[in-house]
Amino acid sequence: MPDPVITVDALSKRYLVGHQSSQEQYHSLRDSIVRFGKGFLRKGLDMARGRQILHGDTVEEFWALKDVSFDVHEGEVLGIIGHNGAGKSTLLKVLSRITEPTEGRITLNGRVASLLEVGTGFHPELTGRENIFLNGAILGMTKKEIKTKFDEIVDFADVEKFLDTPVKRYSSGMYVRLAFAVAAHLEPEILIVDEVLAVGDATFQKKCLGKMKSISREGGRTVLFVSHNLSVIQTICNRCVVLKGGQVNSIGPSSESVAKYLESPSDTFWKRDFSPKSASYFEEATISVEAEESQNPYIEIRTRITHEQARKLAFEVHLFNASGDGVALGLVGSVDPIAFDAGTGEHVWRFPAHALATGSYTVSLRLNVPGVEVFDEIWQKLSFDFQSPPQDIHAYRTAQSWGHGSFMLDLEKV
Amino acid sequence: MQTILEAGRSEKNYWKDLWRYRELFQVLAWRDLSVRYKQTVIGVLWAVIRPVLTVVVFTFIFGTVANLPSEGAAPYALMTFAGVLPWQFFATALTDGSNSLTANSNLISKVYFPRLIVPTATLAVALVDFLISFVLLLLMMTYYQYFPGWQILLLPAYMLILFLASLGPSLWISSLNVKYRDFRYVIPFMVQFGFYITPVAFTQENILNNIPEKFHFIYFCNPMVGVIDGFRWCILGGDSTIYMPSFLVSIGVIIFFLWLGIRQFRKMERTFADLI
Repeated sequence: MPDPVITVDALSKRYLVGHQSSQEQYHSLRDSIVRFGKGFLRKGLDMARGRQILHGDTVEEFWALKDVSFDVHEGEVLGIIGHNGAGKSTLLKVLSRITEPTEGRITLNGRVASLLEVGTGFHPELTGRENIFLNGAILGMTKKEIKTKFDEIVDFADVEKFLDTPVKRYSSGMYVRLAFAVAAHLEPEILIVDEVLAVGDATFQKKCLGKMKSISREGGRTVLFVSHNLSVIQTICNRCVVLKGGQVNSIGPSSESVAKYLESPSDTFWKRDFSPKSASYFEEATISVEAEESQNPYIEIRTRITHEQARKLAFEVHLFNASGDGVALGLVGSVDPIAFDAGTGEHVWRFPAHALATGSYTVSLRLNVPGVEVFDEIWQKLSFDFQSPPQDIHAYRTAQSWGHGSFMLDLEKV
Repeated sequence: MQTILEAGRSEKNYWKDLWRYRELFQVLAWRDLSVRYKQTVIGVLWAVIRPVLTVVVFTFIFGTVANLPSEGAAPYALMTFAGVLPWQFFATALTDGSNSLTANSNLISKVYFPRLIVPTATLAVALVDFLISFVLLLLMMTYYQYFPGWQILLLPAYMLILFLASLGPSLWISSLNVKYRDFRYVIPFMVQFGFYITPVAFTQENILNNIPEKFHFIYFCNPMVGVIDGFRWCILGGDSTIYMPSFLVSIGVIIFFLWLGIRQFRKMERTFADLI
């Protein structure tokens, strides 16, 4: 077997994070002055020692990647999957030389181009034509390369008529198409791509996917690909690395990895770590995917809510897909408010999941009197992954949450 | 081509990479230039108005109101212009260069390239302003019927010194600015302060005559003193003399800052993406 194109050996990456240890709700002026004085002194000391300035008063080490090792061979398309915060983006950043590893070593045999964002360096004031050259150069193409591919890029992006218009006047769709078109015409030996297919309309996404496939098949190039879209991963990647908490959970053929990834519970737990602003607030929340005989999956949300006095409120659940678009909304008590007693209570809420497409979702919870006052919300702090069960054609729901706008969830209080 | 990424590894092919990315340098400089006067009415005329007004005001305040002496027989306006020319380059380069990394944070956190390109490309922009001003200076010299001597042939050499004098501090400050944003507030102040302690709008002789001899060395440590002195000598020819001690100290300080800037920049470069 020939030498691998990429060798990642015991790679670790550490970040320092600052925390605010205590946050009293009411400060006296004296407290504030003392706090300011302390902060000022500490920052001054940090600077004198050449350290990074961190907010808060306690510093914690955070290992975004810990002991990650794997090989990638020539012509392989390797998928990287993992829940939010598993270290996918950090891994790509280290591989693309943007940031340095803390420990371990990476050997790259070949020219690397990375595409961590669509349209990096696009300047709003410049025209489409100018931005093609700018973006191309930033991604590492030479002027000659860009010139030979110029027509192809313009054709792919379908923006011929607006080539001499500043891109700030472009629609977001045109902007993204142009940006992807430039990137798609890169020809490095190793291509690193982060979640960039989650843009544009459905037709364009399909076109991008086709391009990605042909890059790896015909070009014989090595591609590293991160996505939340598991079906895309399954179609274009041969192998997959599953990251979990900064470590490699498993490596193997895509279908197996995806199955394993979905098995691992993606429940997220949220706990309040700052003092509440209002008299009714969330203490804790957990979200999980449940299924009775795997036929009727539903999503369950458990909350712990404290009310300083008895109150009648509504409870809302907002669902966002992996690209951050709101896809669904669930309401309980918007017409007939739910009566909550004073004190802390635990509640279970659930909604059927059959209308959800396979993918990752972010969830926000909100406690309010609709249209009058928001008492508390947990905004996009919870998430879950969902694999929709195989459905027969009659059971197909038009409410599929993928590219069809948002819909209502049958949310209920259990 | 094999690349090995490891903690603390200084890459062997860094300077080779820098050469390979020379087109990016051009493109970034071109971007900054073409964006500069977008959506303005008079566009590039701003590059003309700024130095002209500066020279007019300085000549009036320092030459007419304060009645300071010029160099030999040279008109005060020309003497001032010969100082404003390098000073403006230095001020623009330092201000834009120091903020260049933070202004391009989106690039730095998303793409790899030798980071040295970013602050250096801003110098290219300042160079264009310099050339426009230089043409104005030539026009003004024609107006005053004032012709330079053979010394003008050495101007490119001084141009190079000016370039290096601006590069060192701007590399140093731009890298520190990534970590400690305080520098962003220090720069405008430094530029303003620097103007008064540098013989931009008055002659070097005028300063030397008015401060005690023991402070002369400290005064020469300002690298722009030697540079401006040299510019005057090139442009005003026989009417200005070059002051050797000042020149040598300036060269020393410029080399020191260049060394400091590159060292600091290379040391911090690897952590830019984490800190920005």
